[in-house]
Amino acid sequence: MSVTDELKAAVQAQTNKSGDAGHPMEDFLRMDRIPHIWCPTCGIGVVVNCFARALEKIGIPLDDVAVVSGIGCTGRVAGYVKIDSFHTTHGRAIPFATGLKLGNPKLKVVVISGDGDLVSIGGNHFVHAARRNVDITVICVNNFNYAMTGGQMAATSPTDSILTTSPYGNFETPFNLPFLAESVGATYVARWTALHIHRQTEAMIDALTKPGFTFVEILAPCPTIFERRNKFGDGLDRLNYYYEHSEIKHGEPTANVDVGLRTKIIVGKFVDKDRPTWLDSMNSHLKRKLGDRFTPYEG
Amino acid sequence: MRIREHKKPFGFEKPSRPHGKIIIIDERCKGCGFCVEYCPQDVLELSERFNKKGYHPPEAVNDHACVNCGFCRMICPEFAIYTVEDEPVIG
Amino acid sequence: MKADPKGVMTGAHYLDGDHACCEGALAAGCRFISGYPITPSTEVVERFASRIPIVGGVFIQMEDELASSIALQGAVWAGKKAMTVTSGPGFSLMMEHIGLAAMTECPCVFVNVQRGGPSTGLPTQPAQADMMQARWGSHGDYEIIALSPSSPQECFDFMIDAFNISEKYRVPVMFMMDECVGHMIERVSIPEADQIEITERNYTKLPPGEYLPFKPAENMVPEMCKVGDGHRIHVTGLTHDYRGYPAMNPEAQEEQVGRIVRKIRDQADDIVRYEEFDVEDADVVVISYGITHRVAVQAVRAARDKGIKVGMMRLIIVWPFPEKRIAELAEQGKALVMAELNYGQVFFEVDRCAKGKVPVILAGHGGGTVHETDYIVSKIEEAYQCR
Repeated sequence: MSVTDELKAAVQAQTNKSGDAGHPMEDFLRMDRIPHIWCPTCGIGVVVNCFARALEKIGIPLDDVAVVSGIGCTGRVAGYVKIDSFHTTHGRAIPFATGLKLGNPKLKVVVISGDGDLVSIGGNHFVHAARRNVDITVICVNNFNYAMTGGQMAATSPTDSILTTSPYGNFETPFNLPFLAESVGATYVARWTALHIHRQTEAMIDALTKPGFTFVEILAPCPTIFERRNKFGDGLDRLNYYYEHSEIKHGEPTANVDVGLRTKIIVGKFVDKDRPTWLDSMNSHLKRKLGDRFTPYEG
Repeated sequence: MRIREHKKPFGFEKPSRPHGKIIIIDERCKGCGFCVEYCPQDVLELSERFNKKGYHPPEAVNDHACVNCGFCRMICPEFAIYTVEDEPVIG
Repeated sequence: MKADPKGVMTGAHYLDGDHACCEGALAAGCRFISGYPITPSTEVVERFASRIPIVGGVFIQMEDELASSIALQGAVWAGKKAMTVTSGPGFSLMMEHIGLAAMTECPCVFVNVQRGGPSTGLPTQPAQADMMQARWGSHGDYEIIALSPSSPQECFDFMIDAFNISEKYRVPVMFMMDECVGHMIERVSIPEADQIEITERNYTKLPPGEYLPFKPAENMVPEMCKVGDGHRIHVTGLTHDYRGYPAMNPEAQEEQVGRIVRKIRDQADDIVRYEEFDVEDADVVVISYGITHRVAVQAVRAARDKGIKVGMMRLIIVWPFPEKRIAELAEQGKALVMAELNYGQVFFEVDRCAKGKVPVILAGHGGGTVHETDYIVSKIEEAYQCR
């Protein structure tokens, strides 16, 4: 019996003993893959919890949902959720999701991936999917670094943060993701931290139910690298930091919501607007131009 | 309002509040302490015991105070703790 | 199953290879293209963009080839037949996703209208120098299938084959055209829809819970499902087990990667396709494919006129390579001339299979135009003298 099997058996025994239906996440997760690979006090598991809760609250059948991830720590989310899920190549979750959504518009397609994956290597796709307003939801877990590869500087690392490829501190200017998302056309933009479980769940519900390219950024602790190297302590200390330094400002102009290394963190719902989605635009435009010759596309 | 003039709520000698039974799956826990720190009712503490991986899972030291809010379940990154509805607590 | 008449433009048309390729795809049931403009392939997507709103489907012009080569895979998992179209530099960018398609056994078609390279090279002029890249371009071990048409009619016909083969083997198929074929206008005869045989995707009939997306079934090829069918599959580019779950060990690597290689190599006899003429009595056989085949035919005739007994072998499916046939020809003592628009790519395969038994001569050419007939004739003469 391997160590993992032993642990699973122990968990099973204990779950049976409790005499109830088991952990509410068990229907949502591929339990044969739990425990997951994320470090103690990592925030990604919290985001998975909230995502599951959001889907549950919306009441959408899970067969109609697909999760697409790229590569990285957050890229592993696709492997743990028990719904149709794709663990694609580095940076290309969004174009894969675009194809999936356009291939079958009845699906609810959600991209859950990290900051490095979505806005660095995948930055171009992020920009264009938002510009086109493809009807997908993007949940970006931002831990300010490339964690899976050992903590390199990322496009989101605050100036002065110490990481393995910025050993003397980062001298670049990081992306302000809500600002980026808004300026390229996202219809919904919100930011919360891993600590804001109810707020982030609500934001996910908003994003999932709103047509168009919707974007939720979740700031999450990376205890092993970012927090340790930048003397934030562990993930719990970082949650406490979020607790003390977060300020909720709904509707704040996104240009003002940069995250510095030790500045306050502006969270909230920043953008909520309506624009026709790519598919709606295609159907209405071609109908207008081609009349009866056009075959409306429904998947 | 007139209702405020009543000393007690209508119909209840003693008000009841929800109560949750806390279930901790020890072997999944990585001892992060999120649930302990952020339980709104201060129900939990990290225990002295170790699980198989060498972490200290939490334990309910103030079981009675749990109101089944589910915060611990949501904040747990390991899917290792949850609450189920129990008999309401009177008074 | 027969083709959907909506996508079949029955009749005789004058089309260039790119347009014929697009019509072939539509006839084959392709209803999704994610593309990015690049000379000399752009006409394929231009035609698709104008035709698909009427046929019913989606064309999306992506932001780059990285995106277009993975968006189509999303569409495939959603249940569509899909392809993307590109040329040299774009093909280079697509390499990672050819590997993903091979690893996740995603049936789809990559069209490469080859131009002179490397780098930006000769955007408006032909070459056949991406043949090895088509086979080996992505990292790691995998096998693909590659077809090479030599006329607009074949662009149409072979495109249907390309989609059918990709479904049969759950493999990405490379459609290796070249600028000359792509821009050459000829008569293309498109049959009635009920004359076109279509291989449908082999969707599983197993209920959710029992279906395993990577468990080999008939021909070592797993059955497919589509997103939304309730199977709740997981698909990853990591080495995975039958369930699709990541499995980081040598046994899983052997099981999965070994199989995606073996499903093509072990069944190569069923897949390889070539045509021959005048080979029976020949002392020399010219081997070629794509546009070069048409020049080689001229050269073979010219050499016959000079009294050299020369035959012709033309590769329709270049990968997997007809190793056994080449070995047979070598066994029979026929000298081999490989004519291709590069400085030697498929040539080395021919040379490998001949095992030194006969002279193997390269009639290479850097591209930019097609071979001169006389040049191939001179190589035939050289081979004739060497034997």
